[in-house]
Amino acid sequence: MVAQAVRATREALLSVLDQVMDPEVPVLSVRELGIVRDVEVDPAGNVTVTVTPTYSGCPAIRVIEQDIVAALEQAGYPGARVRTTYAPAWTTDWIAPEAKAKLKAYGIAPPGRAESGELVQLFRRRATAQCPYCDSYETELRSEFGSTACKSVCWCRACRQPFEEFKAI
Amino acid sequence: MSGPAAPPSVVPAPAVPTNALVEYLLRLGDDRLVLGHRVSEWCGHGPILEEDIALSNVSLDLLGQATMLLRLAGDAEGRGRDEDALAYFREVVEFRNCQLVELPKGDFAFTIARQFLFDVYAVVMLDALTGSIHGELAAIAAKSLKEAKYHVRHSGEWMLRLGDGTDESHRRVQKAIDDLWRFTGELFAPDDVDRAMQAAGIGPDLAALRPTWESLVRDVVSRATLTIPNDLPRVASTRGGRTGSHTEYLGHMLAEMQIIARSHPGASW
Repeated sequence: MVAQAVRATREALLSVLDQVMDPEVPVLSVRELGIVRDVEVDPAGNVTVTVTPTYSGCPAIRVIEQDIVAALEQAGYPGARVRTTYAPAWTTDWIAPEAKAKLKAYGIAPPGRAESGELVQLFRRRATAQCPYCDSYETELRSEFGSTACKSVCWCRACRQPFEEFKAI
Repeated sequence: MSGPAAPPSVVPAPAVPTNALVEYLLRLGDDRLVLGHRVSEWCGHGPILEEDIALSNVSLDLLGQATMLLRLAGDAEGRGRDEDALAYFREVVEFRNCQLVELPKGDFAFTIARQFLFDVYAVVMLDALTGSIHGELAAIAAKSLKEAKYHVRHSGEWMLRLGDGTDESHRRVQKAIDDLWRFTGELFAPDDVDRAMQAAGIGPDLAALRPTWESLVRDVVSRATLTIPNDLPRVASTRGGRTGSHTEYLGHMLAEMQIIARSHPGASW
């Protein structure tokens, strides 16, 4: 009985977290991005959400934690605790195809497959990103560093526009 | 089931002196805190917009890594100091970063050469630390390694552009390597702390990492048509940044970095 009730609550909690959007990529939820790793409810009803940061220095992680606690409180689960884990390390491979389609529709080229590669590997080897505006692959990487830690800056030679790409890590 | 009670399932903490572990984590954390601050000095001053953004991003990653490592150091110390207390309320002699990272940022060539030497050290060291028996340290290393790999791609590609670029860029980056080389000895000079960590399975054999580092560095340096100075790096051993002996530059940097937190202790913003 207790286990069943807890499971039901867990489902409800996860659906609340589906509504918490990433502050910097507001078309994806914190679950779709893989930031939320787990939700636990103890028999006394205390909620613990386990999160992992995307990048070590991502300034959005504090806001995300506050947003999670606030959303749960609004849904009737006050006092949730947020716990941080670093293992396994966050990877863009956790972003599902449907979520990648949302990124593209938003104007951000979705990440390719993360490659571990050599320790020192100059000049990124993987294929160029597809332009989210005109779908061309005639694009070039301008800088691996963009407006946020998770994005690179590319240029589309076909439609002659800059665009951002979600970095694969 | 009968028989003796099962042993406790909790894995005991590694049997090393706590202060050696704290020292070790401070070294790793302080390298990134100090270098992160130095790189942040380029924010708004980058030679081109893309580089301003790139260096600011690198700085942010390094400060994030420092946060994780210093938090772990504070936990290991057990005196209630968190990462902010360690960053803002220690004196210069208490910092454990290598001297390489505290030198002023210099010109763009100097910054890139320093980043490159450190970034290769970082990937080699972090890669080794992913095998640490200290689970939290191994997790932080695995996460940081992903970032260090694109950091070294950034600095390494710039080494090629500057070294194999114009006479002026070649001259400047060669001078930077010449000036920086002697500070690399400290990176691979193990002392009692390193040996204790190695014996406990927490850290790698530091001296054994040096050949890997040096061959990776030499490969890029030669492709960049640059040369490594012939003089052997000075081995700092007990007189380097790892034991709190710093160049005159660190104190000035800390004064700037710490003044807000010290003027308004406990403030939040």
